[in-house]
Order: sequence, then C-alpha cells, then structure tokens
Amino acid sequence: MNQLDFPILSLMMGLPMLAAIICLFVGAHAARLLALVTTLVLFALGVVLWANYDIGGPQWQYVERVEFFGNFAWALGIDGISMMLIMLTVFLMPICIGASWESIKDRVGEYMAAFLFMEVLMIGVFAAQDIFLFYILFEAGLIPMYLIIGIWGGANRIYASYKFFLYTLLGSVVMLIAMLWMVQDAGTSDIPTLLNYDFAPEAQTWLWLAFFASFAVKMPMWPVHTWLPDAHVQAPTAGSVILAGVLLKMGGYGFLRFSIPMFPEASEQFIWLILGLSMVAVIYTSLVALVQQDMKKLIAYSSVAHMAIVTVGLFAFNRQGIEGAIIVMLSHGLVSGALFLCVGVIYDRLHTREISRYGGLAINMPKYAVLFLLFTMASIGLPGTSGFVGEFLALIGIYEVSSWVTLVCTTGIILGAGYMLYLYRRVAFGELVHDDVRAMPDLSAREMALLAPIAAAVMWMGVYPESFMAPIRGDVGAIVARIDRAAPEGDAHLKMGQAKAATKDHETDTGHGESH
Amino acid sequence: MDYGRSLIFTLPEIILTVSSLILLLVAAFGGVKSARFVTILSVAALFGASACAFEFLTNPSYELGGDAFYGLYRMDGFGSFAKLLIYFAAIVSLMVAPRFFKDSGAYRPEYPVLILFATIGMGMMVSAVDLMTLYIGLELNSLSAYVLASFIRNDVRSSEAGLKYFVLGALASGMLLFGMSLVYGFAGSTSFSVISDTLTGQLATGPLIGVVLVLAGLAFKISAVPFHMWTPDVYEGAPTPVTAFFASAPKVAAIALTVRVIIDAFGSQTSTWQQIIVFVALASIVLGAVAAIGQQNIKRLLAFSSINNVGFLLIGLAAGTEQGISAMLFYLVIYLAMTLGSFICVMEMRDAEGKPLESLSSLAGLSQTRPGLAAAFAVFMFSLAGIPPLFGFWGKFLVFDAAVAAGMLPLAVIGIAASVIGAFYYIKVVKIIYFDDPAGQIVQTGHKTENGLIALMALAVSPLGYLAIPLLAPVTATAAQALF
Repeated sequence: MNQLDFPILSLMMGLPMLAAIICLFVGAHAARLLALVTTLVLFALGVVLWANYDIGGPQWQYVERVEFFGNFAWALGIDGISMMLIMLTVFLMPICIGASWESIKDRVGEYMAAFLFMEVLMIGVFAAQDIFLFYILFEAGLIPMYLIIGIWGGANRIYASYKFFLYTLLGSVVMLIAMLWMVQDAGTSDIPTLLNYDFAPEAQTWLWLAFFASFAVKMPMWPVHTWLPDAHVQAPTAGSVILAGVLLKMGGYGFLRFSIPMFPEASEQFIWLILGLSMVAVIYTSLVALVQQDMKKLIAYSSVAHMAIVTVGLFAFNRQGIEGAIIVMLSHGLVSGALFLCVGVIYDRLHTREISRYGGLAINMPKYAVLFLLFTMASIGLPGTSGFVGEFLALIGIYEVSSWVTLVCTTGIILGAGYMLYLYRRVAFGELVHDDVRAMPDLSAREMALLAPIAAAVMWMGVYPESFMAPIRGDVGAIVARIDRAAPEGDAHLKMGQAKAATKDHETDTGHGESH
Repeated sequence: MDYGRSLIFTLPEIILTVSSLILLLVAAFGGVKSARFVTILSVAALFGASACAFEFLTNPSYELGGDAFYGLYRMDGFGSFAKLLIYFAAIVSLMVAPRFFKDSGAYRPEYPVLILFATIGMGMMVSAVDLMTLYIGLELNSLSAYVLASFIRNDVRSSEAGLKYFVLGALASGMLLFGMSLVYGFAGSTSFSVISDTLTGQLATGPLIGVVLVLAGLAFKISAVPFHMWTPDVYEGAPTPVTAFFASAPKVAAIALTVRVIIDAFGSQTSTWQQIIVFVALASIVLGAVAAIGQQNIKRLLAFSSINNVGFLLIGLAAGTEQGISAMLFYLVIYLAMTLGSFICVMEMRDAEGKPLESLSSLAGLSQTRPGLAAAFAVFMFSLAGIPPLFGFWGKFLVFDAAVAAGMLPLAVIGIAASVIGAFYYIKVVKIIYFDDPAGQIVQTGHKTENGLIALMALAVSPLGYLAIPLLAPVTATAAQALF
C-alpha cells in the first residue's frame, strides 16, 4: 500500500471529519479541546508523513485507490508539492483553533466543526488523485467558509459571504464542464494519467480558459480579486488565517497541478495574459494597500500582490520560477497567517482594525512589536526570512522570460516594503497617544504560543530553505520536463561563458563567450 | 397475447386499483373515523405494489419486459423504476398527511383514496406505449390531483389552487389531445412504435404541429417553462402534504412519460424535439432561478426550485442518449429525497399554537431555536443548489456528463453557469436560517414520524449518499436501457 502500511491520508481526512461531527453535539469547552487535540494529532500525522516521505522515490507516494463510485475513484496520493501544502495546512490548523479559543463565544461547537470540516477538505484537495474527487473537495470548501464568514463574521458579513460564495462558485462551475470533457477525451479521471495525456492544442485553449476562470478567482488574480478584501475583513481572525494561509494556495496549486502540466501549449499561448494581469496586480494592489485605513484590508491587498508573484513564477516555465512560486506560496501562507493573527491580537483588545486608532505599541507591547516586525520583514522579503527565498527565485525565473516583467514585479516588492513599513510605523512606533491603547497588555502565553511556531518556521525557511525545497525538487523537475516543449523564448538571450580552456588555441576560439 | 401475462405485467396497477376501490367503500361507509385505518391500508397497498415493481425490476426473468393488452401497456425496467419512485413518494405523502390535517380537522379518508387513484394513473403513465393509455393515465392522475389541491374546502387558497390547477390543466390536456389527434391522423396509429416508424424524415407541417403540441402538453405537466405558470400558485395554495406529493410523484411520472414519448414515439425525430427540449431546459433553469429570488413564501420558492430542477433533468433528455436517460433517473432519485425532505421541513414550521408558517422571515435564526431542523434545511438547500459534497451535486454532475458526452457543450456551459444564479436564493435561505437573529416563531414539535423522515432524507443527500452510487448506478443504467 505505502511505506507506512496504513492509509494515512484517509486517516488524516477521516479523523477531523469524525471530530467535526462530535463537535456538533458537545458543549463549548469540550468542542474547543476536541478540536485542538484533533488538529494537533493531525499535525503529528503530518510530521510522520514528511518524515517517511521518500525524497527521490516514486513521484506519487502514500497512494490509495478504491474504485467505488463508478465515475470517479477514492484515489489519494501525494507528491512533494502536495505534501508541503498539506504540512502548511496541518501546521496552521491548531493555530487557528488556538486563535479562536477566547474570541469565539457563540456556537462554539458549530464553529469548531466548520473548521475541522475545512481541514478535511483542504487535505483532500491537495491529496486527491482523481480529478472529480478533487473538484468535489475543492468546491465543498465553499459551504464551511460561507458559514464561518456569515455566522461569526463582522458587521458587513452577509454581503461578504454572498460575494465569496457566488464569485468562487461562478469561477468553478465552468471548470467542471472542462473536466467532464477531459475525462471523455482521455478516458480516465486519474490525475497522474491525465498529467501525461496530450490534449489537442486547440482544445487546450478552451480547457485552459475554463480552469483559469476557477483558479484565477481562487488565487485571486486582478481583476477578480475583489471578493478577497471583503471576505478577509469580515471573517473572524482564524477564518482569515485559513483563507489567506491555505485556501488561496488552492488556486496556485490548481495552476501547478492542472493548467500548466496538462495544457502546456495553451499555457504558453496565454502567458502574457497571466503576466499582464500579474503585473497590474503587483503594482495596483500595492498602491491600494498603501492607502488602506483598515489593517486587515491592507494585508488582504498585500496577499493579492504576493499571489501575483506566485503566478508570475509559475508561468516562467523554468525550475527557478516554479520552485520560487511554491516557496512564496508556503511563505505567504505562514506570513499572512501570522499577520492576520497579529491584527487579531490587537483587535481582541481594542475591537477596531482602524490603523489610526493605534500607535506606539512598541512601548507597551514590546514582545508583540518584535514578532510583528519579524512578520512585516518576512512579508517584505528581507533576506533571512522565508519571503526572500521565494520571491528571489521567482524573479530569477521570470527574468529568463522577460526582464520587463521582472522590473515591474521588483517595483512591486519595493512598494510592498513601502506599505508594510508604513503600516508598522503607524501601529508600533510613535507616541502612545490613546489611553485605551496604553492600557493594552502585551502578548499572553496563548498568543505567544500561536505566533512563536510561525516565527520559527519563517526563520527556518529563510535560513535553510533546502528542507522545504528537497521534497519538491523532483516534482518540479517533472513538470519542467513536461512543459519544456512549450517554454517561451526569453528576452534575456543568456549566453553561458565556457570554462577557460587550457591551451592558447582554444582561448581565442571561445573568447567571445567570456565577454558576457 | 394471453391474458394471464397481461394481468401479471399490470399487477402493480391491479393491486392498487382493487385496494383503492375497496378502500373507497370503506371510506364511504366508515366515514371520517375510518381515515386512519384507510391510510394505513393504502400504505400497505403501495408497499405491495412496490414489492411487485421491485420484482419486475430486479428479477432477471422479467429483464426483457413485455407488452400487455395488445401493445397498450408495457412492463419494463424503465417503468418499474419510475413506479418505485412514485410509490415511495406517495407513501411519504401519506405518512405525513394525518398530522398535518389533524389541527384543522380536515383529514378525511378520501385523501388516501385519492392519492391511490392518482398513483394508479401515474403507473399507467409511465408504462404507456400507446397514446390512449397515456391519456387515460394522465387524466386519472390529474383529476385526482385537482381534488387533492383543494382538499381543505373551507380554505380559500386551497380552493383557489384547485380551481386554477383544474382550468390550466384542462387547457394543457386540450393541447395534448389536439396534438395527439394530429399525430394519430398523420401516423395512422396511436401506438408509439408505429408512430416512430411512420413519422420519419422531414416532417410536414401537420405532424410537426402535432409533435409540438404534445410536447407543450407534457411540458405543462412537468411544469417546465413556458408552461410553468400554475406551479407557484398551486404549490402555495395546496395543503403542504399535497404540495410535497405534487412536487414528487406526479413530477416523476410526467418526466418519465415525457421521456418515453420522446424516445419511443418521436425517437426518429431527434432534430425536431431536441431544439424544443434544449430551449425548455435552459428557460426552466434560468426562470426557475431568477424568479425564485424575490419570493417571500417558502412554498413558492420551492415551486420555483422544482421548475429549476426540471430544467436540469431535461438536459439529460436533451442529450437523448442512454447515458442521459440513466442520469435523469438517478437525478430523479436524488430530487425526490431533496424535495420531500424540504417539504417535510416546511410542515415542521409551526408556531406555538400549531399554526403552519410559510414565510421565509419566520425561518430567521432557526439554527438557534431548532438546530437539527435548521441543519437539515441547510443540507437540502445546498444540495438543491448542487454544491458538492452534498448528493444533489451528483445528479447535476451526471446530466452534465451526459450532455458533454453527447457533444452539447454550449448547453452544458450555459446550464451550469445559470445554476450559479439559482445558488443565490438557496444560500439566501441558509443565510436566513443561520445568519439572521432568531425570530423565535417556530417551536419544537416533537413529531417523530416527520423528524425521522427528515433525518432519513437529509442523510440520503448528505455525502453518505455517494455510498449508494454502486447500488443505484447499475439499476438506472438497466432502466434506461429498456427504452433503447
């Protein structure tokens, strides 16, 4: 069956499902405890998954397959990319439960059930090896998220929940038709088989567009990003964490798993659509973030900008770009999650997200200020933090395709430094002018326990990214090999210098190579 | 053709006919007191008929089916499958009825008898292979339905519903009859197979009008746009158990009948009916979705929802393939569970005095006063909207799969995009139940039968439903095969 001799992926989906059902029937405190214990057990299972993952082994590991449903199979299995995203999920989930420990007071059982159900679906989306199973789990996420935003959200939650639901649904339904067509054409719904099936180039165009409609909304790419700021602002803290941390990654994962390797020709054909939208997003949303008065909205817009770096990297058609994009996804999952938690910490104290209501927090909340600074720097992409590794690689990747795109995206990163530092200055520096802000206590032990692991992971990824890149290297190689035939010609015209020859004759022959 | 075989093949109808006639006498002599007794016996009769249909469907010796009464009636997998669904819906509508009528004191033994009569008519409809049988079955069903709609005589809305249903139903029957007479006139026979053999090639204007009118009459019966106008009024006005019955059993019967007429009788005229069905399907999906948005009455909303669902069902028919018909039959199973479940939920909406409530606003905050009912309601709504992982998704998946396989990509894309419009009002109901502050009007009722049925239906459309796929898929495939 697999290297562990038991269906670990099904267990990782079954366990939270069971806990979710139990949560509906128990009291508030029991539900909290049960959810925390379950998510921690899942994290432990995730560690087992990673520890036993055979780097350089078969592409798909922990494979399970039950042919039961006729049109689709219960097929699970992961490669390195899936595994890292599952790790991200199981890492963030206990933190989400912890973040909701005190702030959620009504209908705790239902809340925890919704989160645990979310976890089932997220793990399932990343592990699904059947295209219809993927679709079912991908779409199912709408239900718990709709309820989380709508029931436990802020003042304008109803508008936000409708917008979230309908926007994402409209994006996805056309994808289903494309999937039905693909399965008719290829005769299988098995993802690994489909990955090596060559669709006719003219069909690819339509299929690519259908998938694009879904993933661009989920990602979200400009101009279909407008649901995100609303959803983020209205969602409870943990909802924002899971939305920014994992749900947005489903879009990137979709591009990486379906659009790019299954439709390489169409991906090449639409490369400028992606790069164009991404460039607009990087600049436009960064500028929008600069003028936000609401902290959550600012971070939401910064997410759109970061996701644009991901799309740029993914569509660079080379190893650096794709690896960089994956690392940005992981890093952004951690960092934006942490930033939303940081907002949550002060929101719980003052019940406002308005930036101007704060100021001088470095004086009375030093621990908070230090961690907030770390995550701010990671978001900017300072070397030593996770943000740098991913963005640097992604930009190297795209530089091989177009130096102009690189120029624009790098400008976006500078703007990113602008809005993040500006946010940090307004919140943490300056004088303590408001009395209620002065009275705010520093981080509690619980909040420390939530933020410290993320800080550790961010530093780890920044200092020794190899731990995270080793598992994905082989899979990225497979994707690059698959799409190589369609890779666009870059504008950089790299000419590699050849090694200096030993004899004088050769030196004159190869002299022109050295001048570059 | 010996009579013995004919009688065996029509056994479900015979069981129901004999028992309904006896029960009619019991009702006439026993009066109101016998209502409960008659109901129980009617359910028993329906179970007997179901057992018979189940035997026809599963026993390999009946696999090929067979004609009865000189080609007027056909016993086959398709008909037996549809009958099972119809009997199931009738049983459920009988089980929930006594409690609903108890408070108004309007329950009478005629109710189960009328349901039985309607069910006999429906059994005839789905087994008809001749225009005469078709019409007799349809009218037997319709006449019983008109009476059922106005069953609470002293209620103005109920009487209005019955009258409206009758007038518009008569109009539709007229259209159907006119169409049938034209088809008969040009084909020279009322038998489906002869019609199919005769009406080939490019149709002349006469038979073309005939085909169109027949389809129009049938579209009325399945409440497809543009012949849907009666549906919201009748569904709103009729007593809720009757509405649940209308939305389930006759709908299954009418759809199965339409499928049989189109595939058996007009099978050689694909290009003629296909464009009509495509239009009707898309119009039903869009109108069912758009018109439901403004509704304030939950029964009207569910009426539009059923129009919307008929649109999706017809996509499977538009594909015109065996796969499409099998998808429709599977969809019908899920549709029954969703529709019956949501209407029983509506019956459970009662205020402290036991008066039934029907406005959407009375549902506000239901999740805090009656969490179980609210969860079931939400499951039905998400399922009707076709959001995975709920089982309602699977029905849509299958019909769209069939449409894509038949190469009808534009139909599939437009249909599925329009389903997002429909999702809006379904999630609006969920919003009212879960997000709004409690209105506190709806109280606990503690009705065991109703709650049990709701739980059963909710479990059936929950993700657990997927476990039924290996059981149901071969059966629907066999049933669909019987037509081709």
